[in-house]
Amino acid sequence: MKRAGLFLRRAAVVLAGLTLLVWLGGGAHRGWTQTSVPVEKTDEVTGLTYREYQPRFRPGVDFLGAGLLAAAVFAGVGWTLDRHPGLR
Amino acid sequence: MQKKFALPLAGCRFWRTLGTLVTNMKTRLFLLNASHRSRRTARVLTAWAALGLAVATLAAPLTFDFKDPKGVNNAVFKLDAPLESINGTANGISGTVQFDPAHPGALRGKIVVEAASLHVPNPMMKEHLHGKDWLDVANHKEISFEVTRVANVKTTGADTTAEVTGQFTLKGVTREITVPVRLTYLPDKLGARTNGRMQGDLLVIRSRFTIKRSDFGINPQAPTDKVADEIELTLSLSGAAPRS
Repeated sequence: MKRAGLFLRRAAVVLAGLTLLVWLGGGAHRGWTQTSVPVEKTDEVTGLTYREYQPRFRPGVDFLGAGLLAAAVFAGVGWTLDRHPGLR
Repeated sequence: MQKKFALPLAGCRFWRTLGTLVTNMKTRLFLLNASHRSRRTARVLTAWAALGLAVATLAAPLTFDFKDPKGVNNAVFKLDAPLESINGTANGISGTVQFDPAHPGALRGKIVVEAASLHVPNPMMKEHLHGKDWLDVANHKEISFEVTRVANVKTTGADTTAEVTGQFTLKGVTREITVPVRLTYLPDKLGARTNGRMQGDLLVIRSRFTIKRSDFGINPQAPTDKVADEIELTLSLSGAAPRS
């Protein structure tokens, strides 16, 4: 059962790393997570600018926070299992 | 004497025929003249009617339809919030505006925004925005602005700036507001926008103004230090007046 604690701590590291990679890969957006991204366009005849929303996942700080929190919980549980063998 | 009278008597049929011919010719000439006169009268009347129509067309305000099939028309809204501003767009725009290029101050009309067309990139935020506390789009389907009067009209070339006062309705609450507006009249530009399928004029309306959500009962529970009371609105609209 000692392997359970180790597995959880490793899973926590992988989860934290993946979360960070996805967030950085998505443009390190410091706002809320978006499922559509605005693209600014200009109408040639009228000169009006308008937005077109393209479906795209753009992770925000809520995604980063949730991923890191889940990793912290995994690591905490793993660490607790290692420290208190009686809980296994 | 007999001979003298014989000739005319002998030629009585001739004279009668000649008389008839002359009468017919006179009648024909009269009819021809009458026909000619009536044609000329008709031409003059037509010319006057055309002139009158042209003057009436020039003098009459043009009606611009703001239902834009290209989806360019949009209203951008922005509220300040701690992490990032709530920033979205509404493009379900319709309505008509009467605009007379010779008298821009006579502007009248109504612009309607479909409340359900409000979009923000975050789906949860969008759900809240459409919900009962915020805009309650299920019960208040339209956001509208109806022009009542226009002031401080200044025209430079194709551009007219003015302060437009009207009835602004949001979430069922109607208030009178005055907003700065820039109008750009683009004659004969509809063809360029429709690849020649339709001919006519375009009217571009731009406006940026601020309203308070507390004035319209938009989520009064949300503290203003978390979400700003002021909503900045930017309208970018283009209406078409097709010519038949």
